[in-house]
Amino acid sequence: MPTVTRREFLKVGAAGAGALAASGLGFDVALAESNRVKQKLRIEGAKELHSICPYCAVGCSLVAYTRTNSDGTTQLLQIEGDPDSPVNEGRLCPKGATAMQLAVSPRRVESPMYRPAGATAWQKISWDDMLDKIANNIKASRDATFVATDGNGNTVNRTEGIAFAGGAAFSSEEGYFATKLMRGLGLVHLEQQARV
Amino acid sequence: MVSLAATFGRGAMTNHWRDIKNSDLILINGANPAEAHPVGFQWFMRAKLDRGAKMIHADPRFTRTSALADMYLRIRTGSDVAYFGGLINHVLQNNLFHDAYVRNYTNASFIVKDGFTFKDGLFSGYDPAKRSYNIASWSYETDPATGFAMRDKTLQHPRSVFQLMKAHYSRYTPEMVSSITGIPAADFNKVAELVGQMGKPDKVMTIVYAVGLTHHTTGGQLIRSGAVLQLLLGNMGRPGGGMNAERGHANIQGNTDHAISWEILPGYLKIPAPGQKTIADYVAASAPKKSDKNSWNFFGTNYSKFMVSTLKAWYGAAAKKDNEFAFNFVPKPAGNASWMTIYDQALKGKMEGLILSGMTAASIGPDSNQVRQALNNLKWLVVMDSLPTTSSEFWHAPGVDRGSIKTEVFMVPTTHWIEKDGSFVNSGRWSQWKDQVLPPQGQARHDHWILADIFQRVKKLYQAQGGKFPEPIMALTFDYKDPLKPELDEIAKEINGKDLSTGKQMTSFALLKDDGTTTTGDWIYTGSYLDTGNLMKRRQGVQDVKANDPTGMGFFPNWAWSWPLNRRVMYNRASADLDGKPWDPTRPGITWNGSKWVGDVPDYPATMDPHDPAAWLPFIMNGEGVGRLFSNSMVDGPFPEHYEPIESPVQNPLHPANSASPVAFLYDKAAGRPNRFGTPSEFPYIATSYRLTEHEHYVTQHVPHLVQLQPKPFVEIPDELAREKGIKSGDQVRVSSKRGKVEVLALVTKRLGAMTVAGQKVYQIGIPIHWGYVGLSADSDPSHGRYWMANALTPFVGDANARTPEFKAFLVNLEKM
Repeated sequence: MPTVTRREFLKVGAAGAGALAASGLGFDVALAESNRVKQKLRIEGAKELHSICPYCAVGCSLVAYTRTNSDGTTQLLQIEGDPDSPVNEGRLCPKGATAMQLAVSPRRVESPMYRPAGATAWQKISWDDMLDKIANNIKASRDATFVATDGNGNTVNRTEGIAFAGGAAFSSEEGYFATKLMRGLGLVHLEQQARV
Repeated sequence: MVSLAATFGRGAMTNHWRDIKNSDLILINGANPAEAHPVGFQWFMRAKLDRGAKMIHADPRFTRTSALADMYLRIRTGSDVAYFGGLINHVLQNNLFHDAYVRNYTNASFIVKDGFTFKDGLFSGYDPAKRSYNIASWSYETDPATGFAMRDKTLQHPRSVFQLMKAHYSRYTPEMVSSITGIPAADFNKVAELVGQMGKPDKVMTIVYAVGLTHHTTGGQLIRSGAVLQLLLGNMGRPGGGMNAERGHANIQGNTDHAISWEILPGYLKIPAPGQKTIADYVAASAPKKSDKNSWNFFGTNYSKFMVSTLKAWYGAAAKKDNEFAFNFVPKPAGNASWMTIYDQALKGKMEGLILSGMTAASIGPDSNQVRQALNNLKWLVVMDSLPTTSSEFWHAPGVDRGSIKTEVFMVPTTHWIEKDGSFVNSGRWSQWKDQVLPPQGQARHDHWILADIFQRVKKLYQAQGGKFPEPIMALTFDYKDPLKPELDEIAKEINGKDLSTGKQMTSFALLKDDGTTTTGDWIYTGSYLDTGNLMKRRQGVQDVKANDPTGMGFFPNWAWSWPLNRRVMYNRASADLDGKPWDPTRPGITWNGSKWVGDVPDYPATMDPHDPAAWLPFIMNGEGVGRLFSNSMVDGPFPEHYEPIESPVQNPLHPANSASPVAFLYDKAAGRPNRFGTPSEFPYIATSYRLTEHEHYVTQHVPHLVQLQPKPFVEIPDELAREKGIKSGDQVRVSSKRGKVEVLALVTKRLGAMTVAGQKVYQIGIPIHWGYVGLSADSDPSHGRYWMANALTPFVGDANARTPEFKAFLVNLEKM
């Protein structure tokens, strides 16, 4: 029996029954069956987008299928391995295969939370208030710990009392942007996942 | 990564995932790709199944990688320098190295200065009070007329790198290797026999490793010992060869390239140091120096162009020739400012605020209890994440008096990877663009929008109130359509850089200038986003293998984009002989066709005739132009040497007087805090930590299917030890170190076993890292994961080069509860 790749199978499905009407009876029946199955696929008519697995650094390509519901919300229908990728050729490990449960999760933090010093519970806070508080903290700590000239008289212009760490799940462009902004604020304590 | 840069010139996986299929022999150390990188592992299996490649797995634990390997060697954790050192010795003593490659493409022929020594475990220049080396004697003898290094291509000079190296590794006999690693000498000899064949020009071996090599106080040298072996066998720069680091997170590579790392600026430019006043000072102190007449010294020659172009990208009009392009805006650290230093500074009361993004200090540790104390010493903590972490929740962790925690904590909800576009760079340096698939959930916002917004608010505060040196904040470029909502597409263009006189995107970093007329956000990404479009979006993959992989070597040049300049195998000039012919015609990297180099994108001038006497040497990033068997870019020695982990049950059989690394950084000691190391009498068992297929670090504690697959924390205990202790699988056990404890389930296994090391019987215990007091497992447990953190056990010490913690080798005790 010749092997049919997933890609070829889908192509046959997409060609439609009419184009193959001249085929033998058996094949027509098989094709009709495959078309019937295809009609029922969850991804029928869905939008096909491309992503990359968020876990390890193999860099498996993902195909994500979404549908826009009548209320305007976007629904994620399916995530699977991208068969075109020279890295994974459609394959995924258990983590990649369950990426949908990370993408859409009832455990997400959906609004800003604030815990003042000594408090025993989270408090809700508006984005605006939270970002103002953080900006004020950064300015106060920067001004309190900024060293313009070191003990040897060298110009060093560094902020010693603020650290930034993170980014292994950033898009690269976000990572670059974070570096630029943090260095712009004078930070020297800058770190991500590479060492740990 | 430090060690790869110190050896070859760039700190990244040299080849790429699919390339592993081109190997004849695959050595896997400090890694478990079948479980930790399972989809990448298909290329290992393709090498084995399609070309009959052999696979050798050296690991403390028999894993699914071992099950598929041709040979499994139970090795004591942290002893891989002895393993590779023994292989180096075998290759040198039996003249099995790739002769032409070693003479011409490595620094084997370079003469080292008189005065360089190695005795009793110490290289010349050691200062015991400072626990550091003065490396002045670790350099080449130079020709006074040219300033270049002296060479002896016969390799006979007693102070040639070759002869020094031969003497250094002569101590690593199979018996010594066995004594240190616990691998029976007969098994080691079988490996040596296979590896010894890989110096033939038509054979290629790859070495694949992960954090099992990195996470030691000798981590840099563990990796460098493999790199030295690969240079001797002539396996660098070639398809199927290389030193291949398997990174563990989706975009560690991209964000290292873009320098979220204290010691670098984008593209691995060094962070400037105090005392450097001008670009010239900076370049003189930072750039590699040309040390051979045929060395191009590409990096060193262009260092100032890359730096000035980055300063122009960041500070725009404020970066001018007459102010050294705003060089004084760049902060100059007093000293190390890496991961552990952040918490060390907090413990000393010198760190006020910390912003964590997608990274949780409390679980990562090391010494999680001490790190949590450090978090408590902060004034404020900002956690930017999509899901709760052990850091956002540290103030109400089980057993904590929540009212006593003084730190102000912000939980800033961010979008997931799938709710934004942008690129991820995989281990093999392929920068792959992704779509925004979903809108943000709830009120979550993009990280870069949050950072942009905070930055603009800080800027306004400085405008309104004044404050310390606001100039860099005022000058930082924000050339985005909406400064509060920059698009990642706009930032990708900025990273590539442009020619300010024409407004066009730069096509190559070779065209960058240091006169202020060009910009780049990260020079190694120049060429990724042209006027014609974003090359990282390219998708010509295996849907048409013949068209999209024309050489058949798996390069797929029109799938995504790979730094530098879409090159798929780095240092590929070394894949061809002196005439430009591939060492193995069936596996060409690049080939000289009489007028130009063809194949992969050459890591070399495209039309440089190899027969020209002035032709450049192959390792264009190094000042020597060749690969470095001897390297003065490592602070703990120019040749890798075996040292014991800081906590070890045995003395170093090579030099007991200097058993552990003499330059490992002992944070507690340096800060005047009490010693927190255990002795073998109290803590008799070796422990190592690792990851499971079904989890990734800590975030997967929120994914129901994965928690169902691996629901509870456990430790793996060797069968024989379990019987001694009366422990059965499923029993609750306590594993403790000098620093903390875990209380989890026992998994009794034959995957781990007793070993004989330095004449002593030792056991190793395995501890998966994934659990803590946050997540679905913790929520469903009465203890709420109070004693589930593996890193409560790990020591607060760092590798001398990179300050990498020693997560993979420490001492514990084991009790049945």
